[in-house]
Amino acid sequence: MSRTPLDTVEHAAATPDVELPWAELGLKKDEYERVVEILGRRPTGAELAMYSVMWSEHCSYKSSKVHLRQFGEKAPESDAMLVGIGENAGVVDVGQGYAVTFKVESHNHPSYVEPYQGAATGVGGIVRDIIAMGARPVAVVDPLRFGAADHPDTKRVLPGVVAGIGGYGNCLGLPNIGGEVVFDACYQGNPLVNAGAIGVMRHEDIHLAKASGAGNKVILYGARTGGDGIGGASILASETFDDAKPSKRPAVQVGDPFQEKLLIECTLEAFAEKLVVGIQDLGAAGLSCATSELASNGSGGMRVTLDDVPLRDSTLSPEEILMSESQERMCAVVEPEKVDRFLEICEKWDVIATVIGEVTDGDRLEIYWHGGKIVDVDPRTVAHEGPVYERPYARPDWQDTLQADDANKLPRPETSEELKDQVLKLVASPNQASKSWITSQYDHFVQGNTVLAQPEDSGMIRIDEETGLGVAIATDGNGRYAKLDPYHGAQLALAEAYRNVATTGAKPLAVSDCLNFGSPEDPAVMWQFAEAVRGLADACQQLGTPVTGGNVSLYNQTGEAAIHPTPVVAVLGVIDDVARRTPVAFQEEGQLLYLLGDTREEFGGSAWSQVVHDHLGGLPPRVDLERERLLAEILISASRDGMIDSAHDLSDGGLIQAVVESALLGGKGARLIVPDGLDAFTFLFSESAGRAVVAVPRSEEVRFNDMCGARGLPVTRIGVVDGDTVDVQGEFALPLSELREAHEGTIPALLK
Amino acid sequence: MTARIGVVTFPGSLDDRDTQRAIRVAGAEPVALWHKDKDLKQVDAVVLCGGFSYGDYLRAGAIARFSPVMEPLLEQAKAGLPVLGICNGFQILTEAHLLPGTMLRNDHLHFICRDQKLRVENAETAWTTDYSAGQEIHIPLKNNDGQYVADAYTLDKLEAEGRVAFRYLDFNPNGSQRDIAGVTNEAGNVVGLMPHPEHAVEPLIGTGRTDGLPFFTSILKKLVNA
Repeated sequence: MSRTPLDTVEHAAATPDVELPWAELGLKKDEYERVVEILGRRPTGAELAMYSVMWSEHCSYKSSKVHLRQFGEKAPESDAMLVGIGENAGVVDVGQGYAVTFKVESHNHPSYVEPYQGAATGVGGIVRDIIAMGARPVAVVDPLRFGAADHPDTKRVLPGVVAGIGGYGNCLGLPNIGGEVVFDACYQGNPLVNAGAIGVMRHEDIHLAKASGAGNKVILYGARTGGDGIGGASILASETFDDAKPSKRPAVQVGDPFQEKLLIECTLEAFAEKLVVGIQDLGAAGLSCATSELASNGSGGMRVTLDDVPLRDSTLSPEEILMSESQERMCAVVEPEKVDRFLEICEKWDVIATVIGEVTDGDRLEIYWHGGKIVDVDPRTVAHEGPVYERPYARPDWQDTLQADDANKLPRPETSEELKDQVLKLVASPNQASKSWITSQYDHFVQGNTVLAQPEDSGMIRIDEETGLGVAIATDGNGRYAKLDPYHGAQLALAEAYRNVATTGAKPLAVSDCLNFGSPEDPAVMWQFAEAVRGLADACQQLGTPVTGGNVSLYNQTGEAAIHPTPVVAVLGVIDDVARRTPVAFQEEGQLLYLLGDTREEFGGSAWSQVVHDHLGGLPPRVDLERERLLAEILISASRDGMIDSAHDLSDGGLIQAVVESALLGGKGARLIVPDGLDAFTFLFSESAGRAVVAVPRSEEVRFNDMCGARGLPVTRIGVVDGDTVDVQGEFALPLSELREAHEGTIPALLK
Repeated sequence: MTARIGVVTFPGSLDDRDTQRAIRVAGAEPVALWHKDKDLKQVDAVVLCGGFSYGDYLRAGAIARFSPVMEPLLEQAKAGLPVLGICNGFQILTEAHLLPGTMLRNDHLHFICRDQKLRVENAETAWTTDYSAGQEIHIPLKNNDGQYVADAYTLDKLEAEGRVAFRYLDFNPNGSQRDIAGVTNEAGNVVGLMPHPEHAVEPLIGTGRTDGLPFFTSILKKLVNA
């Protein structure tokens, strides 16, 4: 479609007074003035499109950057880090020449608007990040949070999100091995759909997002570019230049997992033949992001001819092409003599591939349209030198009141009958109930390397068939704890994920995080964010697990009501031989049950306080990271040396929740004895951190006790695997059949 | 000497490498076949594996059925070449009319992934001789379109001729008629089923059972002894 005149760089310089819709595109006045200052003239429409989208909160991290720096500044010494924060995803050395890349991201807002496509494209985006590092994706995980389980809108959002994750991930052939599902009224209207992925490669196959070598070609491949996912660009395109044009385009992208599967295979084939110099996936901000990041990370500049971009809709304006977030596209930098072979591989996989530009020896990113130069910028100013805000933050007034409302003072069960009823109520509550209705919609088996999948403590994938080398991943986050104390809440999220990885026998190595918060313009939310980041960075330093990358999602709030601060932490671990992994399920009757760690009266933010009293107040469980580290060492040693046959970490719901899960999964009951010094209620429901329950074969009892004793980990014998009831001696006995009905019936009944 | 068993990769095939591994675990030699191949590289048997060929945006298997590799496959299968279709492969075989019936979307309208109990009804096909008739096994199942349907005449005929190879036990996961999980052709060389035996060949992986391995040892014995 022709437009007169084309807003070229020349035209912009000659018409300084033309008003541009910078405010509608989300830029602040001073931000727009900064663009003008950088360019020394007003931006063209295309340039404005690029700056506005790349300087958005989502792409620039402008509110969070000053805090996120701590992850680098406090990063512990680690031999395992191969690629750190700033690339598409971090890369960790797992030994035997293998490297693993992993990352967690959010797709929260789109998933509320259009649950199926929002969640599906969330999986698609994170998987492309993994491919862009040079790795074959081997698994996905999905930490999810929804509004109240019985709210009518949850019935709209949840099944769509789950079907979208399944529909996309299953069709890609990626086993879904973990994640979480949490319900809380605070997520009503702001569900959290986080998606994580893991990829595996050899060290020498690591690829980076950079365009180097003048004369190298820039190839766009994958799906055609359409009008989906264009936020503000349509305003720019229609209102400024062309009033006759329909302006509203769908803001949520639509996924095509089949196309993405082809993209994975053809990209990996190109990597295998060493055809790729640099690579970037097209996600948020589409071509604007890919071209500016590739160019600014490389040694030269880049020239792109936008007319060559294959389009799904021929009426798209150049601004829209630059901002389109059409899915399943990637951008590769390829040496000229290898271009033919690269295109051949794309053709083999029926993937459209087009040379759209080349690397230049200058330092400018220049983009042409219909022969005119419509973009001429220093790519660094677009990709990396966006605004940075030191937003004000302040501990909210209500924090003291909240912490003073002590959950330890809530009425406790007075009779054995009441205790039993509360156990049944707990294991049947939506947050504690079995999520198999959800997870059975995900393929766990594809690729034939899944050693453990949900509901295990961590998902585990074998990466070498000969040696048995494997990786484990767990994601955790407890918004209730973080609301009570964001600093320690974030540390508890890390501690739980770290413990979960160790419980399965793997050694925790590195961290990725997805930080979900309300509006950064609210000083109370900003304080929560600052505290959580500080807490997480401190804890990562102490545990020796560096943050390799992640994602921040702000503005998760409706009106004044923000979600609970919800830092979701993913911990990646390595296990030398997956044959030594420890499952959750009880394996054999007669094995002895031991509780590792200390149990205190800690009920603030607990599942019990929520389920029985609908209460949130007090302080979360105490954090002791040295204890977590010791516990992890013991669990890993015990797994390696065959001293334990099953293990389960204790977290929300406390000991009774863990024992019930192990019993139901193994189809074997347990007899429990309340240890000296503890009352039955605290024994069963406390959520003290740094604990796990293990089942020890009788032949290993002495050796196991000696090890714990020698290393100073408190260990208490609490019972035995036995029978078909969970029997808390002197209190109650619940048949497994009754527990199963309670535990497994809830979610299907709510969502049918 | 061992047998060479081909595994076809269509665009969107997912379990091709897994199936090759299962063939290796059983002691045979896997041979990768590409959907555009016009010959079968002289393999002794073929597995059409699971996945979403062409995204299954039309009926599952409906497009893959027209791939170039299907021409020699049809011809040789009719002449006795052993062919196993797993999940999407089963769907392709029904679309190609090598096996009767068709698959609809699961009756509950959700994708389902579970460890599924089956009964081996026919232990005399090329792919099932290492089972015994009536044997109960557990094989992972994972599909969106697994509801087996056919007209009553066809179903009666299949049952009368012993051509129902596998039935779902305890729980029908997708609404399949008469609990049918897999069927065979008259000659017993072509077998299709929805569950995934290639995901049950190693004790540590997946559900931790090896109940799927006899598929691959059955065919190996048959081919090596032939």
